[in-house]
Amino acid sequence: MSSSTDTRTSIVWDYAPAPESADHIRLSDRYGLFLDGEFKDPQDGRYEPTINPATEQPIAEVAWAGRQDIEAAVRSAREAQPKWAALKDLERAKYLFRIARLIQERSRELAVVETLDGGKPLRESRDVDIPLAAAHFFHYAGWADKLRYGVNAREVAPLGVVGQIVPWNFPLLMAAWKLAPALACGNTAILKPAETTPLTALLLAEIAQEAELPPGVISILPGNGETGAALVRQKKINKIAFTGSTAVGRDIQAALAGSEVRLTLELGGKSANIVFEDAALDQAVEGIVNGIFFNQGHVCCAGSRLLIQESVHDEVIGKLWQRMRRLRVGDPLDKNTDVGAINSAEQLERIEVLVAAGEEEGATRRTIECEMPDRGYWFAPTLFTDVSPAHRIAVEEIFGPVVSVLTFRTQAEAIEKANNSRYGLAAGIWTDKGAKAFEVASALQAGVVWQNTYNHFDPTAAFGGYKESGFGREGGPAGLRPYVRIVS
Amino acid sequence: MSRLAVRKTYKLWIGGAFVRSESGRYDEADGFNFPRASRKDVRDAVVAARKAAGPWAARTAYNRGQILYRAAEALESRAETIGVPRDEVDASVDVLLHYAGWTDKLHAVLGGINPVAAPFLSFSLPEPTGVVGVVAPDAPPLLGLIAEIAPALAAANVVVAILSEATPLPGLDLAEALGVSDVPGGVVNLLSGRRAELAKALGAHRDLNAIADAGGDPELSAELDRLAAETIKRVRHGAAARSYSDATDDALERLEMVTELKTAWHPVGA
Repeated sequence: MSSSTDTRTSIVWDYAPAPESADHIRLSDRYGLFLDGEFKDPQDGRYEPTINPATEQPIAEVAWAGRQDIEAAVRSAREAQPKWAALKDLERAKYLFRIARLIQERSRELAVVETLDGGKPLRESRDVDIPLAAAHFFHYAGWADKLRYGVNAREVAPLGVVGQIVPWNFPLLMAAWKLAPALACGNTAILKPAETTPLTALLLAEIAQEAELPPGVISILPGNGETGAALVRQKKINKIAFTGSTAVGRDIQAALAGSEVRLTLELGGKSANIVFEDAALDQAVEGIVNGIFFNQGHVCCAGSRLLIQESVHDEVIGKLWQRMRRLRVGDPLDKNTDVGAINSAEQLERIEVLVAAGEEEGATRRTIECEMPDRGYWFAPTLFTDVSPAHRIAVEEIFGPVVSVLTFRTQAEAIEKANNSRYGLAAGIWTDKGAKAFEVASALQAGVVWQNTYNHFDPTAAFGGYKESGFGREGGPAGLRPYVRIVS
Repeated sequence: MSRLAVRKTYKLWIGGAFVRSESGRYDEADGFNFPRASRKDVRDAVVAARKAAGPWAARTAYNRGQILYRAAEALESRAETIGVPRDEVDASVDVLLHYAGWTDKLHAVLGGINPVAAPFLSFSLPEPTGVVGVVAPDAPPLLGLIAEIAPALAAANVVVAILSEATPLPGLDLAEALGVSDVPGGVVNLLSGRRAELAKALGAHRDLNAIADAGGDPELSAELDRLAAETIKRVRHGAAARSYSDATDDALERLEMVTELKTAWHPVGA
């Protein structure tokens, strides 16, 4: 079906390589923990390499925090918190404005390091991750002296010390989502970056130093899942904010059972991207590609369940496959690259397991043919058709560049299928009919619904899930609420 | 002339029907028999609630406000028949009235337009989280129950509530008041029985979205937290032994807890 709809010639207009220079990047060989406003060796002396997933080469050594380091960070954050909260609100805001400005000023460096450490295309780290991280600090800086307007005129107080655990898919951006509102509300924060992507958080620590942020307001403790688990389980902090998998979120929620520690969770998804027959199909195809192949599909709200109205199924799949075949997979530093490296060997294996399950369960797999580098972790964009709603690839989050296609006949069936998921993070709707878009958007159980676009984010717009995609919101005034307690 | 009284047998209120426990078990209070609900009754109630959830949320905010107002009327008119002091009934009616007025204001208070830096009309609006499980406090048996279920209803959720274990009859009286009001079947489900047994069945149910726990039992609360984690339920614990004299002071916090904020992006221009 795909080849018969391909009426274009087979001439391939190739691109010359256009690599972003990494010459201006001055990374240290080693990064300590960021504690008390300084980089320090971990108590047990443990350093681990962080590697570039596109080359498998180590970039730098990074300290991993142990139990004693976590305790030291809590002490430091606890000591700093009353002073931080007692600052005049606008003075507290100024520190956040400074951080926002410094992120902008170092944006090129941050973008390159984000791409080196995580494997995402430079085009994305440059145009999405870093600008949005700066925007997030700007937005919440402005809230610091307007908190009561953001919480419906209630009197609020900071929670105290918050522990924040962020994932590897948007390392700096997720750190910004966590730190900016926490600090604006007068809390101090202990951030644990992801095991595979600690570097931009450590550069953010340098930025905090440059901004003269008081010691202890931010601590950065790299490490693995055990570090995160230890942070969650030490009982002297007031709140945990976690972004990551539903499995780990469940574990955290259970670990905090019966405690006074507050919790917000931003977890996994299996978001439906719904294409109606009246959509502008070429535009929809671009949106489908952006929905699932953006950041190699390492996106919690990725449009990984594509629901296409039966009447346009063949046409959409034909166009989509043509578009997919032109995706450029490879060097993340190349400015023309669409799909970069898979973040880690572990994640690559997870994708491969689920894709194999898709084939075993009888779905039809198509994977684009493309040259891929000899080293590094790669997975070519993949399309599954003939997917049944019960297949693992229709139910489980793959977190990779793999889209599963289902069909529907009526609007009611589309809504029913879209909502038939334990998750409820996001959804897309492709239609040019306004009344229909509003009706469907209202019926979808998802925290974010995009019409005729996908994967659009903004610091003013609340983001977060229904059902097993978590609870609590980030962005906008709703993003303040998890970081304050109501006094009256 | 002496007359033999007609004794009343209380029933559970599930899916709009007054039913005995499927288990056939019952207990006795103040000379009345009332059902001791089972875990199966809890599951039946969640199924009935889920069925009622969509249509309830689809009603207009104005209509839901009217229905809650009518519920307040129904409660007030039966004030003398409910086995609690009159001022508790009065306070309960006032709480219902307070929340009846919330249904069409929540959007303005919690929602708004997001001034995004792109050509989209983006807005965030509160929506019901879905089916809310309520563990009512032992006391005050009527006011405590109303204070826990009314915010959930006002935010367009449906409710399965475990009544006061110590004093269940006022909650079952409430069922009869609501049963003759306009509250659609399944929107409120009220079960009497052993709190720990029923609350755990609620906490473990995979099709429940949130738990408002006012049972005041720390051990049970911790167990509910653990059970809730399995499907990432939202949980709010009420302070133990509160008087509920300030039952609406924290209304917005209660409403927030059973509300999901949905952000929609609609294109402008293109």
